[in-house]
Amino acid sequence: MENISQYMKHDHESCDARFVEAEQAAEQRDWARLAAQFAVFDGDAERHFAIEEEILFPKFEDRTGMTSGPTQMMRSEHAQMRDLLSQMRPAVEARNADEYLGLAETLLVLMRQHNLKEEQILYGMIDRAFQGEEQDLIGLMEARKAA
Amino acid sequence: MPGAGLQLEQAPPFSVPLRFFLSAPVFVLLAAIVLVWQGPEALGSRWTPAALALTHLLTLGFMAMAMLGALMQILPVLAGAPLPWPRVVAGITHVAILLGTLALSGGFLWSEPLLLQLAFLLLAGGFAVFVAGAAGALVQAKLQGAIASELWFPVAALAVTVVLGLYLDAARAWNGLVLAQAWRELHPAWALAGWTGLLVAAVAKQVVPMFQMTPSYPSLASRYFSVAVFALLVAWSAAQALPDSRLAIALGLVLSAAYLVFALATLELQRRRRRRVGDTTLQFWRVGMISLALAALLWASRMAGLAPERFDAALGVLAIVGAAMSLINGMLYKIVPFLAWFHLQAIGAGRRGLSMKSFLAEAPQRRQFAMHLIALVLLLGAACGPVALVYPAAACLGLSAVLLFSNLMKVVGGYRAMPRPATSEGARTPARSLAEPRRAQ
Repeated sequence: MENISQYMKHDHESCDARFVEAEQAAEQRDWARLAAQFAVFDGDAERHFAIEEEILFPKFEDRTGMTSGPTQMMRSEHAQMRDLLSQMRPAVEARNADEYLGLAETLLVLMRQHNLKEEQILYGMIDRAFQGEEQDLIGLMEARKAA
Repeated sequence: MPGAGLQLEQAPPFSVPLRFFLSAPVFVLLAAIVLVWQGPEALGSRWTPAALALTHLLTLGFMAMAMLGALMQILPVLAGAPLPWPRVVAGITHVAILLGTLALSGGFLWSEPLLLQLAFLLLAGGFAVFVAGAAGALVQAKLQGAIASELWFPVAALAVTVVLGLYLDAARAWNGLVLAQAWRELHPAWALAGWTGLLVAAVAKQVVPMFQMTPSYPSLASRYFSVAVFALLVAWSAAQALPDSRLAIALGLVLSAAYLVFALATLELQRRRRRRVGDTTLQFWRVGMISLALAALLWASRMAGLAPERFDAALGVLAIVGAAMSLINGMLYKIVPFLAWFHLQAIGAGRRGLSMKSFLAEAPQRRQFAMHLIALVLLLGAACGPVALVYPAAACLGLSAVLLFSNLMKVVGGYRAMPRPATSEGARTPARSLAEPRRAQ
């Protein structure tokens, strides 16, 4: 049975893979593929932020009372990554590969530092706070992703 | 302001690491000048005054300078361990190491005890302040068990390196003594296979998978690498005191094998990277890891008596210029543009579409990489064969330093030129008050 850490880590890995696909399309100036791959990555990243901000973080905050700690920092990092994504969208539409690749690289550095902190710290705290209830939470997140 | 904050409350001001990064290439230029001035003498033997000056301009002036600057940034952000009084620690450490390196190199070149004494005081003070600050940060690290525990090893090895170096310097400065060979072997081993190698390993474990999306290092091996290398160094150092040298040689061979495996494993991970977009930093990493593998092999051959002493200069070139300087140089091209972008967006400055690449394009990085590579090959040539190669090698090394400095200044120029919002005075307000946690799409 998967715990929450493993479930969320898989989600990160799948977002990483989508990121790589889109970046490669931009590198090859394959505009149609870039538009398609970026849309997938953008959507997956937003769904990942959403399951954390709407389900995982509030539940963790309710359970532990830690409302201004790591979850708050993760939210502000999400805002920063969303800001970069919102600048990548017009770069895709304008077929500006250089701007896209610059923004993508910057997003990658932010994203990987962010994921590292979640995987090494926060998810472990969440696992401990929800021992025995992992499957309920994963079910809720699956339902949100499908919505 | 969209996306304000992030880890601003953890990250030190840009000026804290930047002063170290901008000073580093200046010392490479000085090293190139010493190389031209002293000629083949500087690569003749490890113990000539010219070789000692050249080595310390590169190791203290470039490597330590850049590595300390990077640690000032890494400790708070990756390890959750804010440095106490970052501006004070950075200010004292930077000035003391800058002047201390100049005094030490001058002391070697002119055999001047007063300069060597001054270097002792400056370097002892500068490193003491840094090690105390870093240890203080690591004790309080919020992210224990992560990279924080691993950073103890390079910081401890740095402390050993500095104590050994100060002991050697004091003997020369106050008593005119050159200490026994065993003592002189310990200092470079702790500096390169300890402090530098352990920091590279700790950083590589995070950064190699991060930037190129490679698989992770094998978890068991990577978890115990630092502690094993540190323990091997301690045992190897202790074994130097034995009359029978076989144990020291055996331990040294295991130590060099550990670095050989680390270098080959890194090259293999990079070969299997998922992110196919290549860049100059990746090229620097490859040259760095190939050099590290060759340095490990050459060191092992020296210890086993398979290579004569005249190869020591080549070993130094491979370890210092080939491995350490390449890796640091490559990392600077990621760290400095990212920090410029990061600090600008944190105060709401810059423009739409601004990214790391806006500050420095690939082409000037590639030119500097090419010059660095030519300098490395020529230096190896001069160390192994025709000594006259030392002059073109010095010219290329100096040119590479100038190009690196000018590239870093491009980033700083771009950073300074970017328009600031009227309220940029509020730049240091805590991130949380600025952040918009649940901004809708």
